[in-house]
Order: sequence, then C-alpha cells, then structure tokens
Amino acid sequence: MATLEDRQDARSARNGWLLSAPSLVILSFAAVGPLFIMLVYSFLKAGQYGNVEWAFSTDGWVATLFTRDIFDDTVSLADAHLTIFWRSVKLSILTTILTFSVGFPTAWFIATRPPKARALWLFLITIPFWTNLLIRTFAINEIIRSEGVLNTLLKKLGLIDAPLQIIYTDTAVLIGMTYVYLPLMVLPLFAAIDRFDMRILEACYDLYASRWRALTRVIVPIVKPGIVAGSILVFIPSLGAYVTPRILGGGKNMMIGNFIELQFGQGRNWPLGAALSVVLLVIVATALLFYVRAVNREVRHD
Amino acid sequence: MPSDAIEARNISKVFGQGETAVRALDDVSVTVAQGEFFTLLGPSGCGKTTLLRMIAGFESPTRGQILLDGADVTELPPNRRPVNTVFQSYALFPHLTVAQNVAFGLQMQGKPRAEVNETTERMLALVKLDEMAGRKTSQLSGGQQQRVALARALAPAPRVLLLDEPLSALDLKLRKEMQIELKRLQHETGITFIFVTHDQEEALTMSDRVAVMSAGKIQQIGPPREIYTRPVNRFVAGFIGETNFLAGEAADGRVTLKSGGATDATVANGRTGPVTIAIRPEQVRVGPSGDGTLAATLRDLVYFGTDTHCYLSLPDGTEVVARMQSPATGDIGLAPGATVGLTFAPGAAQVLGD
Repeated sequence: MATLEDRQDARSARNGWLLSAPSLVILSFAAVGPLFIMLVYSFLKAGQYGNVEWAFSTDGWVATLFTRDIFDDTVSLADAHLTIFWRSVKLSILTTILTFSVGFPTAWFIATRPPKARALWLFLITIPFWTNLLIRTFAINEIIRSEGVLNTLLKKLGLIDAPLQIIYTDTAVLIGMTYVYLPLMVLPLFAAIDRFDMRILEACYDLYASRWRALTRVIVPIVKPGIVAGSILVFIPSLGAYVTPRILGGGKNMMIGNFIELQFGQGRNWPLGAALSVVLLVIVATALLFYVRAVNREVRHD
Repeated sequence: MPSDAIEARNISKVFGQGETAVRALDDVSVTVAQGEFFTLLGPSGCGKTTLLRMIAGFESPTRGQILLDGADVTELPPNRRPVNTVFQSYALFPHLTVAQNVAFGLQMQGKPRAEVNETTERMLALVKLDEMAGRKTSQLSGGQQQRVALARALAPAPRVLLLDEPLSALDLKLRKEMQIELKRLQHETGITFIFVTHDQEEALTMSDRVAVMSAGKIQQIGPPREIYTRPVNRFVAGFIGETNFLAGEAADGRVTLKSGGATDATVANGRTGPVTIAIRPEQVRVGPSGDGTLAATLRDLVYFGTDTHCYLSLPDGTEVVARMQSPATGDIGLAPGATVGLTFAPGAAQVLGD
C-alpha cells in the first residue's frame, strides 16, 4: 500500500509535469519542430519553383561549400560562400568586441550612479527598443550615407574633401550591429557590476594595485559572468543578423542570414537554405562551446 | 628619536556643501607611536572611521596633514601608502583562494615569486590557516574570513595596520578569541595597529592608548586605565563604563556635594562654582548610615552572580548605582527600602570638565 509520503511524491511529480506542459508544447512546436523540418529539408531535392521534392539528395549540403560548373560539371570550392561565412563570423566577433568596449564603461557608469539616477539611465538604455529595428537601421543609414549627417558635418568642418564611403561596406554593417546590440551587452554587464561590492575595489587599492591591475585582476574576473552573458547575447543574433547587413551592407556585403534568405527567395534552393541554417546553428554552438571553455580555463589558471 | 608612525595634524573634514554640509572631523590632531596599539573609540558617526579612511588614503582631508613616519602622505593615493586595512566587511576577493588573497598585495608590490610564496605561507601559519590555503573564501566561516583579511593586510608588512571594526561581525565567543589573537599578532609582528571600534571593552582590553571621539572631535587620549579612572568630561565618563554623576559645589580646592557630604576630589586651578563629580559604581561603598557618609535609600537590588548592583537614591532624588562583590552566601544583608550610608573609595571621585 502506498504511504502518504509516496502519494505526495506522486502528486508533486504530476503537478510538475502539468506546470511545465505549456513550455514543453511551445518548445516542441516552435523550436524543436522547425529545426527538425530544416534538417529534413536539407536532405531533399530542390523544387523547380522553390519548395522541395520528396526525394533524398545531398545536393543541398554539397552546395554549402562547393559549386558545380554548369558547363563541364567539375566541382570546386565555393569561394563566395566561404567569404560570406567568414564575414559573418568576423563581423559578429568584432561586434561583440565593440559592444563590450563601449558597453563596459557605460555599464560601470550606470552601476556607480546613485540608485535614482541609475533607474533613469537604464530606462534611457532601453529606449531604442521602443522603435522598430528597420526604422533604427534606416536612421543609421541616414547618418552614414554619402550625403548623410556625418559626411555633411565633416565636410562643413573642412576635415574631408570627398565623402567617406562608409555605407554599403562591412564597416557600415559593424556600426549598425554595434548600435543595435549594445543594450544586450550593457544590461547583463550592468547586472554583474551592480552586484560587485565596491569595497573590494578599495581593498585592491589598499593592497597596492594600480587602476589597471584592479580592473584586470579583480573587477573583470568577478564580473565575468556578466561579460559571458553579454557576449553570448550579442554574438548569436549578430551571426544571424538579417536586417542590418541588408540595409547597411547593400547587396554585396551579405551575411549568412541574407544568404539563407536568398536561397528561400530568388535562389529557389530550399535544401541549400535549410543546410545553411543548420550550418549557422553548428557555427553558433561550436563558437559558444569554445568561448565558454576558454573562459573557464582562464578562471582555473588565475 | 624615531618619528611617530602616524601624525595627524589639525585634520578637518567636511562632507557636502552649504546647508547640508556635515563636519565629520573638526581640527583633530593625534600622534601614534611606533609599534603602538592605538584605538579610536566612539559612537557611530563620531568621525573615527573617517579618520581611519583618511590615514588609508580613501578620503582626503578638507584641511590638515597626515604624516607617516614623518613624511607627508596627505596627497598620496592608497596604493602608494605603506599602510594596509582590515575592512569591516573583510572585502576578500571572492574569485581567489585563501592563499591567492594573501599573496595579492605582495604580487602587486612586484615581489619575486619565491618571496611571495614564502611570505604567504608564513602569514597563513601566523593566522593558523595553513590547512585552508587552497579553499575559496566563500567556503570559510566568519572567523576564518577574518583571519584571511588579517593575513592579507599583514603580508606586505605595512608600516601601519588599520583595523575598521574588524570584530563587529563576529559572535561574542569568537570576538574574545580574536581580541587575544590580534594582541598576539601585534606583539609578534611589531607593526603599529590603529584600531577603530565602538566597543569600549574591546578598546580597554587591547589598546596601549585610546582616543575617545565624539562629534568629530577627540575628547580624550590616554592609556585605558587613565581613560577609565580619570575621564576628563561627562561624555568620556558616560561612554566608557557606567558612571554616577553627582552635582557639587567647588570652593577652596574642595568639592561639597549638593546632597550633603564632602569628597576628596581635588579641583584644579582654584576653580569654584558648580561642578560635576563622576564616581564609578564599583567605587561606591554601601554601609550603615552615620557621620561622614552620604545618606541614601536602597531602591532595588540586582544579583549578577559575581556582583550585586544596588540602585540607590539620594535625598535630592539623584540616582546612584553601587556595584559590590557578592559575598559567599550571595546575600548582602540589605533589603530594598533600607536607609544606608555611602562612602567613596579614596581617590575615586573625579571632577569633570564641561
């Protein structure tokens, strides 16, 4: 016979499943499901006018890295694809570094304000979220384009003769992404710095540490969880960015996100698009794995 | 003659401006001798911590100078002063082990690795934490964290060690142990200690000299015995230990109490007029009333084990406490309501300044 305790255990287990049911449903339909469909599609044949034919094929996967010459049917490495992968990774890493360089002092500044002012600054940081991403990106376009605010200003000041060609370059994409993702870096950094006990900083100075040593030997290691969280939050969406490279990078400075969209749109090669999506997923997962490992090793070596 | 370890000259500190300005320190001058255990004692808000932080370099005085071994360090930042602090909150580095915490200051000084390791080990042995070297500080008890903070501050062999209420977070038993421990460490290292506390017992038991502070001013500086037996004013007498205050009239170098009876307290500089006499409860003798005694009524008796406290009132309503050692039977042979005569131990009554 079941004891009272056993019955209570059974009930709490049942309640646990019931409570998690909504999230399990959402996760399986909205996360696992689409990923599974992508994986299946990547192994099918491309349809003539988009969509897929239900026949097994590895063409989609081959096409991620190789191109088949239309005339002599030889297979060669697809330089253009590799360039896009490399640009995506490079721009995402640079975006992460830039948002950190700008975000860390910002977060430090906010965290060291009196509590009332702190709330105001945090509020200001989140204001860009109120506007549509597209509109914000066009605003950046307006600033950096050839006849834009920046170039006009520099010309008026006599600092340049010809307008700086920023728009439709990797630099433009970098500026745009740094602007868009900055809050995602600032907020976790703020949370970590806010928890940092400033008396520890006094202990650093008391024990003969210079400002730089206090920063590198004590502050950064202690707020590291915030740095890791911020970097992940910036790096992942950067890698899959679509709107920003589309508007600021023009047609030629594509990133993976644009490339995938191309395959599902004009390219009419859904299996390739699906395979590229999986590649993106793998790049993100690998990058995170290496990053988190590297961070943890550093902790142990200190 | 070697110069004083610390000399604070006419230090004033004003926080804020205009209407809301707070004068934390008001023209404070103090010298601490080499190797001395010096205590700054006072209630919270008296400026003792501000003075300590100024010696450490975390605050700069609005006016005045701070000298360390005779050299002016007023303008030096904390990381360039050979002075270390044991913080009230310990402020240990949470990401480092016990040994790494202790080694931090030495590494920042750029000491060679062998010396860092050697000194760290010696310091850990000194505070009896050699076993814990590899632990994270969060895995330690409060008392152990306290020891790490001490070892960390002592490791770079500072000229002066500053202790900011380091025992306030510990429970009573640990506190007593640490008091003895601190005294031992100071003795073994020979380093000058400046200790901040609001606990008068801590101050009396550990210090070579005590500075009693109140409202940004130093009220009295002296050895514990002098502070206790010869308080210069009402604040010092009241803050340290219990004291009976009696009103009197000074004339011809003698004091006559308002409630009748004279005392042997001497009045300096031919002072006359109303004065206040301070007398410690343990110096008040309770006996049969008669000639030369101060008549009083016993209101209440409280038995404390070793002591029995007698709460008495004088004819003019003044309350007096007498503390007497309990006799072997525990019964002092008096009952509330009894009329008794009080006498003061010779030389115990003290005339207070303002």
